[in-house]
Amino acid sequence: MSSDRPDIDRTGTPLIELRDMQKSFGGIHAVDHVSIDLYPGEVVGVLGHNGAGKSVLMKMLSGALPRDGGEIYVKGERAVINNPRDARRYRIETIYQYLALADNLDAAANLFLGRELTTATGLVDDAQMEAETRRIMSRLNPNFRRYAAPVKALSGGQRQSVAIARAVYFNAEILIMDEPTAALGVEETRMVAQLIDELKRQGLGIFLIDHDIHQVKALCDRASVMKNGRLVGTVDVHEASEDDLLGMIIAGKKPGEAPRLEEVLGGEVH
Amino acid sequence: MTDAASTQGPARRRSFFDQFELDTRLLGMIGAFAVLALTFHFVTEGRFLTPRNVFNLTIQTVSVALMATGMVFVIVLRHIDLSVGSLLATCSAMMAMTQTVVTPEWLGLGLNHPATAPIAITVGILTGAAIGAFHGWLVGYLGIPAFIVTLGGLLVWRNVAWYLTRGQTIGPLDENFQLFGGINGTLGETWSWVAAGLAVAGALWALWNSRRNKMRHDFPVKPLWAEAVIAAVIAVAIVGFVWLLNSYEIPQARLERMFEARGAVMPEGYTEGYGLPISVVLLVLVAIVMTVVAQRTRLGRYIFAAGGNPEAAQLAGIDTRMLTVRVFALMGVLCAISAVVASSRLTFHSNDIGTLDELRVIAAAVIGGTALSGGIGTIYGAILGALIMQSLQSGMAMVGVDAPLQNIVVGAVLVLAVLIDIIYRRRTGDRT
Repeated sequence: MSSDRPDIDRTGTPLIELRDMQKSFGGIHAVDHVSIDLYPGEVVGVLGHNGAGKSVLMKMLSGALPRDGGEIYVKGERAVINNPRDARRYRIETIYQYLALADNLDAAANLFLGRELTTATGLVDDAQMEAETRRIMSRLNPNFRRYAAPVKALSGGQRQSVAIARAVYFNAEILIMDEPTAALGVEETRMVAQLIDELKRQGLGIFLIDHDIHQVKALCDRASVMKNGRLVGTVDVHEASEDDLLGMIIAGKKPGEAPRLEEVLGGEVH
Repeated sequence: MTDAASTQGPARRRSFFDQFELDTRLLGMIGAFAVLALTFHFVTEGRFLTPRNVFNLTIQTVSVALMATGMVFVIVLRHIDLSVGSLLATCSAMMAMTQTVVTPEWLGLGLNHPATAPIAITVGILTGAAIGAFHGWLVGYLGIPAFIVTLGGLLVWRNVAWYLTRGQTIGPLDENFQLFGGINGTLGETWSWVAAGLAVAGALWALWNSRRNKMRHDFPVKPLWAEAVIAAVIAVAIVGFVWLLNSYEIPQARLERMFEARGAVMPEGYTEGYGLPISVVLLVLVAIVMTVVAQRTRLGRYIFAAGGNPEAAQLAGIDTRMLTVRVFALMGVLCAISAVVASSRLTFHSNDIGTLDELRVIAAAVIGGTALSGGIGTIYGAILGALIMQSLQSGMAMVGVDAPLQNIVVGAVLVLAVLIDIIYRRRTGDRT
């Protein structure tokens, strides 16, 4: 997969620049002066242990959490993002780890949640929304048929495709995916990987939060590693080895300055 | 055209009953209600399903059913409102004082002025909305659990009503206001038939509109004959109900008084049925509005979404705190409307009005299939739940079951209904 990867042009204006982002909970610096950028057609992996601050960083970008400091630039312009609606205006869409679907509603109601289509009289137009949902799903998941069922009756992969359809339908330019394959089987994971590839070819920028180093190597162009709220560094995944990435995640050291992995592991086992 | 369904994917074999695409839960409830009604009819030797008893049953159900429609939203949003009975009392007290003191004396309008009832009802609705919104603010913005806020409200508003009226019974209420009480305000035979005609036309239009809408988007539709059968059943039910209420005849003495009041003489052999009570028409209108809100408005969609997954709703940009305020305010408004019906049925405001209604209302919503875990519930279910509860209560009273036994049965039925609901959901693969 990595062989036919197109080169990313990083000379222009980035889609997203996160500058000096900060967030504290009590006395703990969950995100401590972190800066990352993202270019069109690029997938940037955001890696780190649980509690490293990667989800908090992404939640500040998606408007789900207010930030304490720092600035967000979208295509070179300073962006005002204080809530999820603001982020959507900048075409930033998020696919959350736990999918953020209302289990009791059907696929169409979830896809349009918060952005319902309405008739001339101001009532929600379920028929129109279902038609639009059928249109987008026929592209993303052609076998999907269960438009009348509440999404809790769907499989993990079907739910994921609803969540992704939501982002794609509203023409996301920046996509944040929080462990999109965590709940999926092998085949479904492959489908999501294919979709990510297709979306980046269309020029979307994608932040991919993931634990799985193999997956990051396969899907991402660059990886930003966080530890204890700080950015350890951002590396090109083609140049960095899996050991390099693990060293960054575990020891918090960049490649070159990192001690050998065996030493780190040995050092942690007392 | 009738087999548009076959164009959608592989054709499934559909049984006769599948073709109707009916809500099996609704059918179950209607079935339970029918069994209940027929049993009582049999045991009371034909006294249960008489025009008189059906009339009484419906007007007794209205007050609880009105509030139950609002309770559906509250419970769907994963909250509870224990204060509805007390809120009803406070609204009733405010309205009673408005029409017996404020309008006749302070505003100098005298008794039974045409403006009295609208002013009193407005005062009641504003009171209900304000108190409900306050509850919603405490729950949504300050994060106090609804159980606690409304448990406090149960005590507070019951006694605010007491304090306002000094515990006195206030009445008689305004004559126009009393039209909402049931037997004192009915449409009469002619207007009841007109209402029945409108209802049938409305139901047919809704069915046809929904079918046309589906066909416009090439969605599968029911076979035409199934649609026709459903339409016929609805029409027969509406006409039958109105016919039954129209056959409950106004007593001769009362008719004579009505003619006298109009300065006319009653013709020999004249009879007139009561027809639809205005309170029942009010309930039907509220039920339609609430159903539209639940199914076809953003507000309703957000209530169900936030009840199904509050975090998902927030991440979708829905302001769930304001949503909580709206839902409790709506509950307050419905308590006020219910207070109009309850107090005018009594023809006065009494200190204990609405006592224990919170339990009846919650029971009606839950028997009607509203899941306490949130996200699931229907307006028609809650109304049917209220009707089943009321039938059980008055049926047992007719049979002559001892009062303590009546409550024991009602309590047991509530628990049993929820158990059946849980089993049903498990069978259909629905988790609550």
